[in-house]
Parts: sequence; structure tokens; C-alpha cells
Amino acid sequence: MEDFFQGYKGKALEVLKKYNVRVWGKAVIETSRGEFKGTVLPRSENDDDQHIVLKIETGYNIGIDIVTIKRMKETGYFKATYKIPEKEFPVTPNLPKVKLLGTGGTIASRLDYRTGAVIPAFSPGELYGAVPELADICNLTTEKLFAVFSENMGPEQYKALAIAIGKEIENGIDGIIIGHGTDTLSHTAAALTFMVQNSPVPIILVGSQRSSDRPSSDAALNLMHATTAAGHSDIAEVMVCMFGPTSDEYGFLHRGTRVRKMHSSYRSTFRTIGDTPIATVSRKGVVPIKEEYNHRRKDRKVKILPFFEEKVTIVYYYPNMQPDIIDSLVESGYKGIIIAGTGLGHINKPLYPAIERAYKKGVHVFMTVQTLWGFVHMYVYDTGRDLMAKGIIPLENMIPETAYIKLGWVLGQTNDREEVKRLMLKPINDEITQREPYNGYLIYQGGVPEVEAFIRRFRK
Amino acid sequence: MKKSSSPTKKFDPHKNYQSTMKSIGYVGRKKAKPEDYKRIGFKSGLEVHQQIKTKKKLFCRCPAGIFHDSNDYHAEIIRHMRPTLSEMGEYDGTALMEFKTRKDITYRIHNQTTCTYEIDDTPPFPINREALEYALEISLLSKLNIVGEVHITRKQYLDGSIPTGFQRTAILGVEGSIQLKNKKVGLIQLSIEEDSCREISDIGHQRIYKTDRLGMPLIETVTHPECFTPDELREAGEYIRFLNRSTGKVRTGMGAARQDTNVSCEGGTRVEIKGVSHLKWIPELSHNECFRQWALLNIRKLLLEKVKTPAKWELKHVTIDPREVGIENELVVSYLDEGYKVVAICLPQFKGILSHFTQPGKCFANELSDRLKVIAGIEKPNITSSEDLDIPLDTKDLDALSRTLNASEDDAIVLIWGIESDIPTALEAIQERCIMAFEGVPRETRRPMADGTTLFERVLPGADRMYPDTDSAPIPLEQSYIHNLSKNIPMDIADRYRQMKDWNIPSDTYTYLLKKNLVPVIEQLVKLGVSGRFAGTFLGHKLKYVEGKIEKHNDFTYNRIVEMFEFLNTQKLQPSLAKLMLPTIYQHPNMDFNSVLTSLSFKHRTKDEMLAPIDYLLEKFREIRVSKSDSPKIALNWVMGQLNRQALGNVDLKDLQKSIEKKLAKQA
Ligand SMILES: [Zn+2]
Repeated sequence: MEDFFQGYKGKALEVLKKYNVRVWGKAVIETSRGEFKGTVLPRSENDDDQHIVLKIETGYNIGIDIVTIKRMKETGYFKATYKIPEKEFPVTPNLPKVKLLGTGGTIASRLDYRTGAVIPAFSPGELYGAVPELADICNLTTEKLFAVFSENMGPEQYKALAIAIGKEIENGIDGIIIGHGTDTLSHTAAALTFMVQNSPVPIILVGSQRSSDRPSSDAALNLMHATTAAGHSDIAEVMVCMFGPTSDEYGFLHRGTRVRKMHSSYRSTFRTIGDTPIATVSRKGVVPIKEEYNHRRKDRKVKILPFFEEKVTIVYYYPNMQPDIIDSLVESGYKGIIIAGTGLGHINKPLYPAIERAYKKGVHVFMTVQTLWGFVHMYVYDTGRDLMAKGIIPLENMIPETAYIKLGWVLGQTNDREEVKRLMLKPINDEITQREPYNGYLIYQGGVPEVEAFIRRFRK
Repeated sequence: MKKSSSPTKKFDPHKNYQSTMKSIGYVGRKKAKPEDYKRIGFKSGLEVHQQIKTKKKLFCRCPAGIFHDSNDYHAEIIRHMRPTLSEMGEYDGTALMEFKTRKDITYRIHNQTTCTYEIDDTPPFPINREALEYALEISLLSKLNIVGEVHITRKQYLDGSIPTGFQRTAILGVEGSIQLKNKKVGLIQLSIEEDSCREISDIGHQRIYKTDRLGMPLIETVTHPECFTPDELREAGEYIRFLNRSTGKVRTGMGAARQDTNVSCEGGTRVEIKGVSHLKWIPELSHNECFRQWALLNIRKLLLEKVKTPAKWELKHVTIDPREVGIENELVVSYLDEGYKVVAICLPQFKGILSHFTQPGKCFANELSDRLKVIAGIEKPNITSSEDLDIPLDTKDLDALSRTLNASEDDAIVLIWGIESDIPTALEAIQERCIMAFEGVPRETRRPMADGTTLFERVLPGADRMYPDTDSAPIPLEQSYIHNLSKNIPMDIADRYRQMKDWNIPSDTYTYLLKKNLVPVIEQLVKLGVSGRFAGTFLGHKLKYVEGKIEKHNDFTYNRIVEMFEFLNTQKLQPSLAKLMLPTIYQHPNMDFNSVLTSLSFKHRTKDEMLAPIDYLLEKFREIRVSKSDSPKIALNWVMGQLNRQALGNVDLKDLQKSIEKKLAKQA
């Protein structure tokens, strides 16, 4: 049945019904504040039931307070449906074949101007309509695997993605890009690093910080950078491709295990932690920063390892944390705990007995640092040594979220204490690095004359 | 039989310009009569933008009203604006064309006035309630129907003037009115919005903005197109400005108020002239725009007489090496050295069109040149032709070109130049503009120039550029809130006019008094017992004079004037003393009033003290007088002259005069 009152509820719905005015109906509304004319729009479900939304002739939206309404009359009705124009994506001989796998994040989209709803562009034809430059970069095909928000991506999706990637590689694709919301982009990147090993082609995760319905969106450029990296670069790893600076200039390719979203809203939010990004990418191509990486190969010998144990968690330590936090996790059946400790990897003494109890119950407990940069060093203080004696294993400079994903992946394969430890400490792709380069930690502070001079000259 | 001739046949573009100006019946603004505007169907409305005086910006917590020099910045950000798909799922043709020529937009950022919001790296914070309140007061004063809920809307701008690519704006009220001298003009709506960046430069493919003004709260009042002469338009503009200022909650000074005016003639199109900073320019600008449209309609008529199927009209072009062709035109030759490509274009049947009058000093060729600059990014001068008003191609050059282009007698010949990658867009732009000439007046926005003419700025955006801001929640405006606000709004401007008339204030002061929102000050002075006429003249003449002569101290406010009159009241001094004191308090508002008087060598005297020396002075006058026959009038004037300065403030000069007259009468 057709919903004539989209989003309206309670009193506002009663008023619409009383006067027989529908959503998309043209209405004249007489109120104690004067007369208003316009088209009744759907109401967002989270908004109150006291107002009716109207698009007036000049294109603006306004709300009418229902308590002021004296009379209301529908004088016309027009409902339009919109869709993205579909243009055939041109196939160009000699350009690489790139596959876009969709997870639900919108990279390209267009807006329903009346409701503000974002209509995602996804098929190659739609994408070509929105970003025609893509046809000069690669021959693009797409597949929508699922439609979930970034925060709802989880083990099931990681596994499905890994399997789909394996199939694409087998079928001879030259590069893969994965459209993804940015909030948990790095978690998925870590998961795919562990689940898809020895890939002969680049696997690029990409998103956007500003939706593509706005003229200043980073989406189109990110998509161009990602297709360039997937189709043309020599780096056959799982990487995240997002803006380098906030300006429309170039993107970074970050290793999937060391990347993290570091700002809630900046375009240049993704940073490699404790190392440099692997490369920069612009529309001209990929320029490596790191000398060592896995090179593109002709063979199709990829290893797909789609495993994940869900009873794994991260505990973010704070002063005065009570032992019952740990106990309750153990009681709830958690098999692995990643602790993000303070400083070099610390927690307070009252937690020790709880850690001991957990260890005895067979729970795997690992230590990372909440400072994000730097290594866990548990030998420096006696307390750290005590902790290790109680069964906590330090994870060097693995960042906590990567550690969480890796532990889930490892426990999905084995529960053997020694094997788990061995797998956790053996890096698959730099989730633990041997050394931290001097330029791996660069958080400059504003106000320093040299920094200001640098920003003014170089940071765009 | 006549031999077929080429376009090189003697043609005088200046003569053509003059004769076309005459044939459309152009009259200068000063000579234009209401009948002239009626004849061409002048129709016009206004969008008045006014910054409101808040401490902070509209959607972030940066300070408002602090401005920087263009080279005073901390960082730069580069963005490109990408057209989004329109309602029908297509890109707007010109938007896409502009995107192809691609502008690098650079924002210069100063940390004091810009945070991550302005550069679109952080979503908006909740709307500034102070700004909303002030804007609502002005909406109430404009007699608008106030909305029940404010919805923040995004209005797209692709020129880069706002880094997001859209302006956040919201309607507060619809359908109000203002009462002018002879008519009522309707208001379509009033919105609150964020101000845009200030442009530093726009050269070639590089546009630079600064972000200090960006995000400052602004209101926009839009009138119906109900002004039928340029004078009515100006009156409406002034009324709205006075109304805004009467709240005391708006900014004044350079750029604080700007007008867009939309103009059309009978059969023309609504064209917007953007960002006129002075109301006094509006009559000239709207006058010229209306006649430009009238001229374009004449061009349309002329073209349709010659070209039967405009849809098939197409320009011919060929890339040339001017040296090979033997072109000697100095302009063209000078660009060759910069590695520019030169293209010769034949516009079939356009002879006499290129030099057709459009605006004073401008012709149809300027319409092409403007578009080459804006759309293809080719700096001016970017064109010359067989009909150029400055340096037209000479006969020899034209002969060579018409052979190359195979042009005929009725065609016009144009040369353009630019870097190779801009040429395709340039040709598209010329083709497009010429096709529009068959249709009449293109929908566009135009940029005002100081000489009263306008330049093409951009294609008028379609209606599909508005969409809801998904980052902001609607803001309800409860009945009680609006009710409370409406209690505090100032008096109507129409009533202010009436008030000034009732006080018998000279009408030459009205504009100044309203512009500076001084009528409430007069009201306060009247409460202190000063006559309305005196107060009005004092402010409208004396204050205006002082303002023009003396630099104001930052601490000076009109309230200091009220305090001065209060002081005179309690000291039982005459209001006339205020005229002497004003220049001093204007410069030194923090000086106490007694010190002001001391600095003016003023001595307080009672009336008796003042009158005491009269006898002595009359005596003295008799000693120094030249002739015994001097009339009492001369004696009076002389004595008055001696006492005038001391009397000022101590006694009313009329009283003084009467006392002297009395004594004179006694002596006689
Ligand atoms: Zn700010």
C-alpha cells in the first residue's frame, strides 16, 4: 500500500489526515502567522510530530507549527521518482581491468533535491555518469556484495569479502577496490590483510569524508586515486587510499595494518601510525615512498583464510579500572582480550588477580599501547614483568584495533596457547615492525615558528 | 551586375554602434523619463544582504567582523568544485564546461578567523542563537509570516566562494511588505545565511579567496519584482537598509550591506546584478541593464530577419599562424610570443551585430569577450574582430582572413587566442552565446562596474540548487518565543518618517538620520526637553558635519550625545552649547563634560551676570561708533557680538537680544 504520509506521526499526521493533504501534495496553509504555500515533503522519522515540512516556491524548505494551522487545502499533487542516469561504461583496450566491490558505503551518489535523500551511484554506468574520468583510468566492473553501514561491518562481511576477492583474482582481475564507509575502514583493511595473503594484485579500500552530493566532495578524487592505484600500481597489498592533505592534491596509500582514522571529520583523517605511508597517488600515478613492498605478479597464487572468532574484545585501560571488568568478560565467554594499556603498556595492580584468573581459564590476553605510537616495553618496570608472569603477552607496536582483528582471525583458526602466541607475534604485513623510523611519528604542534613557516609554504 | 564582395568592404563599427543605440531608443539615465521605462517595460526587484552584528560566526565559534590583508595568512587550501548531478540526472551544461576548464581554487586561511568548519573539514555547529534572534526581529519588522520551524538548506555555488560548494541558508519568514512613498512593495522572503569568502584575485585558471568574512551571519531580504523605475528600486533599497539599521543589530561600513538587483525589460529575462555595494549605483546599473536587454531583443530581431533556421547556425573556425596569413594586428601579434594559439572565426550573418550597442561604451562583441574570460579562463583582451571598437582588424588583415575562412559579405570575422587546451571551450562558449542571440536575453548573473555597466559573471543557476542540509536538525520557533521577540521590535520606518515630519525636522536630514538610526536618539533628547526640530537639526546637520571633518574615537557612541544633553540639563545650561562641545566629545568621548567646557574656555555665568555688562558695552559703543546716526540695530548687533561667545550655553540668545533691546529702548 502506498504511504501517503511518509515519516509523519502523532499529531502532525492527524492534521494531514484531517485536511486530506498528502506528502507531495501542493498545499495552501492558513495559519495564525499568515499564509504559506508549497509542496508537503516527507518528514524525517527522528523529528517531532509538531511540524509539517513544506518546500516553498523559491526552493527552500520550512516547517509549519501545527498549533498555528487554521485551515489547509491540497491544490495539486506531484510525485517524482529519481534515478541516476545510466551511461554505458566505455571499454578501452589496453586499460587494466578493475573490480569495485560494494559494501554499502556511498562513494558516488546523487541527491534527491526535494527530500535530501542520497541515491547511491554504484553500477559502472552510474559511476561513469558521476565521474566520467574513470573511463580514462581503467575498465571498471562492479559488484554489490552487501549494503551495510560502516559501523555494521563485521566478521561475516570480512569473510565474504575475502572469498569474493579470491574469486576475482582467480578470474584474472588486475586490481580490486572496495567502497567502504570510513569509520571502520581500517578494521576491514586489517582483516583483509590477514584473510587475503600473497595477493598478486593491489586491493584498495576507499571511502569519502564528504558525501559526493556536495561540490567539494573528496569522493570523486578518492575514486580516481583508488582506480589508478588498483589498475596501475606495482604494489600488490591491501591498502587504504584516502586524501593525503586536506587539499585536492594527492592521496596516500596506507598499509592496511598500520592505518587509523585520526580525525572525526577531516578529509586527511587517515594516517599511517609508526611508519610512513607506502606511497602517494595522484591522477598521474603512484609514487612509492617505501622501498619495500609486495610487487604485482602475473600468477594467481593467492591464499584466502576466512576465519574469525567473535568472542574477542579490546579493553581500554583507565586509572582505577576495577577487576570485575575483566572477570565479567571471562564469565561471558570471551576467549581473547586485547588491552590498550597506558604508557609502555601498563595497568594497575588491583587488576592482576583478575588477569591471573583469566589466564587460568584459558583466555588469551595481549598488551598494546593506547598512545598508539611506540612499542610496548614491559621489561622497563617490575610491574610489567609481573604482568608478563601472569600471562599477558606484549604485542610490540601493533595498534590496538589491528591487534583485535588479528586475535579474532587467529582464534578463528586455533586455540592452542603457543600457536596463538606464535601467530600473533609473526607479522603478516608490518602489523609489527622491526623498527620505528624517525619520521614515523610526526605530530607537529602549531605556534612554533618553524612549523608555521612550513605550513604556510607547503601544507595545502 | 554587382561583384560579390567580402566583409572587408568599408564598414564603420563606431557608426554602427551609434546608429543601433539610436534605433533602440537609448536615453541616458539623467534624461530618462518615466515614459521611457514604461516603453521598455522596466521591471525590477532587490535582494538586500545585510550582515548582522554578532560576536561569532553563524555555524562555528570563530569571531565575526575581523578582517585581514590578503597577504596576512597562515595556510592555504586548494579545492576544486565539481558539479553534482542535477534533478533530471544531467550535469548543467555550462557547469560542466566550466569544470572542464578547471579552476584551482585557493583559500588563504588566517587562524584567528578560520577554523576547520569554514574549510569544510568539520560539520556545522548548532546555529548561532544571537544571530537567529536578531534576524527574527528584522523579519517581524518586515511584516513577514514567520515560519514554525527553521530548516537549514544548502544552496549550491560552484564558483568556490564557499569551500563546501554550498551556502547554508534558511527561511525565517515569507510574504511581507514595505511601504514606500507612493506604493507598497511586497517581500518574497527573508533568510538567514552565512557570508561567503572575499575574492583576492581571479586570473586564468587560478582563483584566490580569503576566508575571514566566510561564515559571518547575514540576512537576505528579497522583494517581489515590483519596482518599475530605477528610482523606486533605490527607494526600496533604502527603506530596507533603514529598516535593518533601525534595530541597531546590524553591521555598518564597507561591505556590510550589499544588494543584488534583478532586472528585466518587456520580453527580456530576469538578469541578476550581483553584489552592488552602494545603493546610489543601483539606478544607473538597472537602467543600463534594462536597455542592454532591450538591445539584445533588437539583435534577435535583426538576426531572425537574416537567418531562417537558427538551429542550424554554426560558426566556422580555423586555427591560423598569423605570420603565415600575414596578420599585422598588433594585439594578435603580441600574444604569439606567449605560445598562444590563434583561431580565426567566421560568424555567418553577424555583420553589424558585433558592434551593435548593448551598454554605454559596449557592444555585442563584449558579450563574447566576457564569456571567453569566465568560461574558458582566457584573460582579456581575448578577442578582436572586424567590428572591434578599439583596434578593429584592418582591410588587409580582413581580406586575408575572409579568404581563409571563405567568408561572405554578411559575415563577421573574429580572432581569438589562448593556450591550446582552452580553445575548444572558447569555441563552444562563442557558439553557445551566438545561438542565444537568436533567442534574446540569456539567463545570467552580471557583475557591476563603477561606470554603471555590467559584465557577464555566470549562468544563472537553475532552481535545482537547493537541498536540505543533512548536517543540521530543524529549529522550532515556538509561539511564546516569537511573541516575546515581537514585543521588542523598533518602530516602522514609515512611522519614523511621519515622526520626523511632526517634529518639523528639515527633510534634507532624513536619509542621514535613518541611515545612522538616529531617530531613537532624537526621541531620547526630546524626553530631556530638547525640541525635536533642534535635536534633528543638531544631529542631521552638525553631527553629520563633524563626522565628515573629524576622525571619530573608537569609544564614541551616540549615547554620549544623550549624556551630554543630560549634563547640560542638570547644569541648567542651554542646549545650544552642545554645538560647541560636539567636536570635542566626538574626539574625546572619555573626557568628562566639565573638562570639555574648560577646554572650550567656557565660563558658567548666571543670567544676571551675563546681562550686567550691557550698560557698559552700550556706553563703549557710543565711544567707538563712527557716526551718530548709527541705528539702534547696529548697536544691538555689536553688543550681541561681544557677548555671543560667553552667552552661548548660559542664556538663550533670543532672551539676551530682548534684554539688550530693552536697555536700548530705555536709553533712547
Ligand atoms: Zn570557524
